[in-house]
Amino acid sequence: MLHTVNKSPFESSSLKTCLSFAKSGSDVLLIEDGVYGGLSGSAHTSWVAEALGDVRVYALEPDLKARGLSGDRLIPGIEAVGYDGFVELACANDKIQNWL
Amino acid sequence: MSGSKKFMYINRHAPCGTVYAVEGLEVVLIGAAFEQDVCMAFIGDGVFQLKQDQDTADTGMKNFSPAYRALGDYEVNRLYVERESLQERGLTEEDLMPLTWEDEDEDWTEKSSIHVVDRAQLSDLMEEQDIILNF
Amino acid sequence: MKFSVMVSEGPYTHQASDSAYQFIRAALAAGHEIFRIFFYHDGVNNGTRLTTPPQDDRHIVNRWSELATEHELDLVLCVAAAQRRGIVDPDEAKRNGKDGDNIAPGFRISGLGQLIEAGIESDRLLVFGD
Repeated sequence: MLHTVNKSPFESSSLKTCLSFAKSGSDVLLIEDGVYGGLSGSAHTSWVAEALGDVRVYALEPDLKARGLSGDRLIPGIEAVGYDGFVELACANDKIQNWL
Repeated sequence: MSGSKKFMYINRHAPCGTVYAVEGLEVVLIGAAFEQDVCMAFIGDGVFQLKQDQDTADTGMKNFSPAYRALGDYEVNRLYVERESLQERGLTEEDLMPLTWEDEDEDWTEKSSIHVVDRAQLSDLMEEQDIILNF
Repeated sequence: MKFSVMVSEGPYTHQASDSAYQFIRAALAAGHEIFRIFFYHDGVNNGTRLTTPPQDDRHIVNRWSELATEHELDLVLCVAAAQRRGIVDPDEAKRNGKDGDNIAPGFRISGLGQLIEAGIESDRLLVFGD
């Protein structure tokens, strides 16, 4: 299953809820303000990094760039992808849960 | 149409502050006519949608909460409420509206539509769906 | 693959419309089919042709209309949500005694059943909202 999260972990528990729901082997894509959840060196980094063994986490690169961030600010193991990568993730997973 | 699919409607918003709860409920009621396999999940502040005794009179807003009682008549009778979300908010099942449906196969016995389940069970249920819509 | 998308937020306040648009463009570019784009909640505000953003900003409504023409997309505004928010087509304007309509080219107004049908008919349904 593909999960998307579009909220910053600093204002919403969406990412935390998502990661506690996501089964091992799921894909989680951070989009919009959700990309802040992928930052290394933040107050939320440790629990996000902990989830990386179980689920694959991606961050939408155009949303990072728009916020003055780049892939090298992400927690190691989180991959930056473009909209084409978003489409590929949506195809590769048989269902999608958008955590709104 | 290409047969029956499993739909889960996930509600994570509280009832009054925004329109998502009531407009989400409208989708479920309309969708019932399509005879798909339908369930609803209430997670996070979404559990407040089912709180008993909602009275919006003094806010001037319409009280939509009685509409949840219609769900049983539309054969939407699996409302999964996340146990952890209730607990975090100091609520128990007794705080929720008693929502029921009548089981045609068991001489119209009245049964509760509300199923309090823990997060792990809800995660399993989510995995079984074809379409997940969030409101 | 056949995709449908629901857009739940209005343009210019929330990024949802932009994200949905970029996703759909990427899906079309990769050769996928878009069965339907359904606009709900404040998302119906994506479909008013009276929108007039400043010249140096993107025109979200026109962008949808152009994409619909180019790829023969089905852009549907939920009728109940649209009526509440003052988005009307000529038929709705007449039926409700309004002095004008404001639906943008390429959009149509229809019922919530169109969303359920999109879920049934598509391989994947994505929601872009708050």
